[in-house]
Amino acid sequence: MRQPLVELRGIVKTFPGVVANAGIDLAIAPGEVLALLGENGAGKSTLMNILAGLYRPDSGMILFGGEPGDLHSPRDAIARGIGMVHQHFRLIDAFTVTENVLLGWYQPRFLLNTRADAARVARIAEDHGLAVVPQAHIWQLSVGERQRVEILKMLYRDARVLILDEPTAVLTPQEVTLLFTAMRRIARDGRSVVFISHKLDEVMAIADRIVVLRAGRVVGQTTPAETTPRVLAQLMVGHEVESRPRPASVPGPTVLEVEGVSVIGDRGNVALQDARLELRSGEIVGIAGVAGNGQRELAEAIAGLRPPGAGHVRLDGRDIGGLGPRQRWAAGIAYIPEDRLGEGLVGAFDVIDNAVLRDYWSPPISNGPFFKRARARAKAAGIVERFRVRAPDLEAPVRHLSGGNQQRLLVGRETWARPTVLVAMHPTRGLDVDATTAVHGYLHDLRAAGVAILLVSESLDELLAVADRVIVLHRGRIVGERQAAAATREDIGLLMAGGLA
Amino acid sequence: MNPDQIVLLLAAAVASGAPLIFAGIGEVLAERSGVLNLGIEGMMLVGAVAGFAAAVVTGNAWLAAATALAAGGLMAAGHALLTVTLGAEQVTTGLALALFGTGLSAFVGKPFIGIPNPVPFRAVALPGLGDLPVLGRIFFRQDALVYVSYALALVAWWWITRTRPGLHLRACGESPEAADAMGVNVTATRYGAVIAGGGLAGLAGGYLSLAYTPAWTENMTGGLGWIAVALVIFATWNPLRLLAGAYLFGAVDALGFRVQLLGVETSSILLRMLPYLFTLMVLLVITLVRRQAYVPAALGRTYFREE
Amino acid sequence: MATAPWAEAVAIRVGSIVAAFITGAVFLAATGHDPWRAYREMTNGAFGSLFAVEQTLIKAIPLMLTGLGVTLAFTMGLWNIGAEGQLVVGALGASWLALSAPHLPAAVMLPGIVLLGLAGGAMWALIPAVLRAFAGMNEIISTLMLNYVALLWVDYLVFGVWADPAAFSFPYSRVFPTSAHLPTLFGDVHLGLVLALAATAGLAVLLSRTHWGYEIRTVGTSPAAARYAGMPVRRNILVVMAISGALSGLAGMGEVSGVIHRIQQGLSPGYGFTAIIVAWVAQLRPWAVVIVAVLFAALLNGGFVIQMTGVPAAIAYMLQALILTFVLGSEYLLRRLRRRRAVATTRAALAGSP
Repeated sequence: MRQPLVELRGIVKTFPGVVANAGIDLAIAPGEVLALLGENGAGKSTLMNILAGLYRPDSGMILFGGEPGDLHSPRDAIARGIGMVHQHFRLIDAFTVTENVLLGWYQPRFLLNTRADAARVARIAEDHGLAVVPQAHIWQLSVGERQRVEILKMLYRDARVLILDEPTAVLTPQEVTLLFTAMRRIARDGRSVVFISHKLDEVMAIADRIVVLRAGRVVGQTTPAETTPRVLAQLMVGHEVESRPRPASVPGPTVLEVEGVSVIGDRGNVALQDARLELRSGEIVGIAGVAGNGQRELAEAIAGLRPPGAGHVRLDGRDIGGLGPRQRWAAGIAYIPEDRLGEGLVGAFDVIDNAVLRDYWSPPISNGPFFKRARARAKAAGIVERFRVRAPDLEAPVRHLSGGNQQRLLVGRETWARPTVLVAMHPTRGLDVDATTAVHGYLHDLRAAGVAILLVSESLDELLAVADRVIVLHRGRIVGERQAAAATREDIGLLMAGGLA
Repeated sequence: MNPDQIVLLLAAAVASGAPLIFAGIGEVLAERSGVLNLGIEGMMLVGAVAGFAAAVVTGNAWLAAATALAAGGLMAAGHALLTVTLGAEQVTTGLALALFGTGLSAFVGKPFIGIPNPVPFRAVALPGLGDLPVLGRIFFRQDALVYVSYALALVAWWWITRTRPGLHLRACGESPEAADAMGVNVTATRYGAVIAGGGLAGLAGGYLSLAYTPAWTENMTGGLGWIAVALVIFATWNPLRLLAGAYLFGAVDALGFRVQLLGVETSSILLRMLPYLFTLMVLLVITLVRRQAYVPAALGRTYFREE
Repeated sequence: MATAPWAEAVAIRVGSIVAAFITGAVFLAATGHDPWRAYREMTNGAFGSLFAVEQTLIKAIPLMLTGLGVTLAFTMGLWNIGAEGQLVVGALGASWLALSAPHLPAAVMLPGIVLLGLAGGAMWALIPAVLRAFAGMNEIISTLMLNYVALLWVDYLVFGVWADPAAFSFPYSRVFPTSAHLPTLFGDVHLGLVLALAATAGLAVLLSRTHWGYEIRTVGTSPAAARYAGMPVRRNILVVMAISGALSGLAGMGEVSGVIHRIQQGLSPGYGFTAIIVAWVAQLRPWAVVIVAVLFAALLNGGFVIQMTGVPAAIAYMLQALILTFVLGSEYLLRRLRRRRAVATTRAALAGSP
């Protein structure tokens, strides 16, 4: 290529127990869309965080236009025209769009002038074709709008390299198309876009050039014209990826009914309205929808963590409205929450203590008031073995385990007592391909054993591959239902964005 | 109670409220940057004794006030080192410093008990303003440090809401991740806010020993530092509301002393419970009214860039 | 190679104590006192004679009890800063019975004052507990404010209806009847020691062997997980705070019935605050609380003794707070250093591999 805009050479970065980048060379050309492809944990985000000035590399060089440069902090990176949109947006909810865009030392005017500043932000936004309301507070904005603010932050600072870390995870298919259009326009301007992703089809659609990372190293460089998704998948994971055919299933009788359930959310708004669905034994029902449209409230209403303001939840025909989470667990409802380390597991506790989080209080784990650690240990050992949880020993604090092993422990614990219903929220979030495949395997095994599963996921691909039926939530309402085998991404995407069924 | 007595009461309320303004504004700065400083009771006491000692030794009132400020700031630097750099748990660290400050001030202050202050701040009427009929007698016939407290509240409000450094301060307290990514130096901002906060707490103590009482006795703050922490919550981290809250509290305090003049027969000891019970009540009301939305979102949380 | 965490914790504490004493020596020297002489006399005052050892133990008893109470609350994530007030109200309860019904026989009086000590402390802790459980009000300020209220309440009573007519308006009550004196075990060390040790054993079993202890630890470590697991948070707040307060109340009872045999202003030299330091330095382990309580009691005792030589007793409080500060600083410093070392180890492994 011509003189690259930015070049990374020999970048090494280690964290306790893991080498995130093991010597990476990467060049970024001006005016290109470069895809950084790899599974979760491959080191893509780490590498870009180094370029953005947030991490310091252990060794290696960064060259800007051929000249070596040092990045001590994000301030240096911004000064050199690097901008990054993180996977979890770095926006201040309580501030306005203007305040978020102006934050920092770029154009450091001492006094804040709300009206003039807002006008300036509006003008720059218009120049780049990004629709924003400068006076709006971030907490009022949708996910797509927040992402636009993040991109505006970079363009406001005339960024030459814009890094987007997994930007499509939270978007509907239609919004993804809009994002890609914006990305192409930015690249036409002569700026570079680095698109971090683990989604093959998107990368094939948008990238000019693809770099594949695996376990902290570059394992391949190509262009969409010269490769296929299958080749990319194999590079990403390091071995042949078999796509398991979906095992056939015949669902049994209805075991869970949600009838007219409405739930008030944390902000006092109506988060779920008049929800109606049925789960049958031996089937997997997927819940699709952009995060924040009522999925969490639905899951918690079923698990007993959030009493509905209206409506009924019935298990095997019995109204369980009066039962709390502990009783629902005993009645056969298992729940894998979204926040695996903060809610489903206690990070500071060891494997043994975590294995009995649900049943520590009753026989056989407890005898009267006394907690029998030996029995808890036996249960933990069982889970570890059956679900192949890799831990140094049973006394290791769970936060030291990898995400995949934490999830195995969590799934194992929740399904140990053969539940009737399993509610799983984002069970494969942040997991690498092998762990994801394992979890999907567990879900299918459970389904074959007659468990009714409600699977909430932000990945349409996962839902279409794993679930039998997909129900779409939009703004707290169920707006449509499709058989997974017959559904298309565009169709579901339209529902997710609020289009009619 | 006749109008004259009411005016006197309000003037006393302003004086009583001044230390709360100093300590409260200081705590607003620290908490807005995301750091909880529960050590201000100890920093106030250390400031009080340091200021008093400086007054006795140097005979210069303003130098004494500056010493009080410096002493509080120095202690707060320790708090910042532990919580910002080392990431120690903020509640415990603050408590440890509060206890240390209490012990240190008692230790250092022993020789100063019973000694009169050679250069106390005395009430000074501001030319012109002091002659206003009612407001003049309440606000403009106070000692110099009280005038400083007025200016402080206004400047603090302006700084936090109208300047870029203020925006950065608030950003650190709402989301250090976002602030860091935009190039704001979170560590430096937090250090600055905490040290300034501690310095102001020291000045609050100095006000007590140099102007209000003016003398040194062990534990002379009597929980004022804790009340300041509560007031910050009551004021939803807003310096102007803090001003109002401090005067409200000052009025309750002053009333306690004067109730007997009204001819009401109550034990003076029970009346001294009033400030604490009032604080409790105020906090309960605020909690019930649920002003959760205004809490700096990252308050009390440690931030390290790579974790 | 990893050091056993237990050994490391002890090493940190020993190091912190040394560092605290060195810092204290600097302050002593700077104010014109001879540090080594002061420390020698403090040690003498704490352990130098049978009488000294007894006095140290006597001061250790309330520190153990309040330390245990604070430990329990902190384990559940409740910042009970009100142990001082709970101690005082426990003392008030015991004193009420002793002074209002002086003719009760010991067989009734003694269990009565123990019960009232427990009840007084529990009640005082339940006020902030209810506010927290039902209104969500943070307990740091509420427990603190109640400390001041409790202390003023004692003042009110000892200057008022309970004043000793023979005391010429000094702030103390009449002496308790002998039926209300706690029996002594040896020397002047009273029954409170047995109660404290029993409480330690009970708390240790509770926290590590019962499923309730598992629940308490979970709520304190991860309230989100506790909610997820359906643990009854509100009930636990009330019960745990009540027990925490009761333990401090028992300490107060011990002071008025076992040591001074009356109630007075200043009946506690800040035991409730020292308890916080004790609990933290003991890493919230009941048996460690006993050991640390004895150490801190020694400091307090030594502090009282060297007042004679002109060194302010406050040196003891300074040293206690310094010990905690150094413990905090070292623990977190080690955490950062350990992380750095883990990174270096991983990097070295990388260099060794192809």
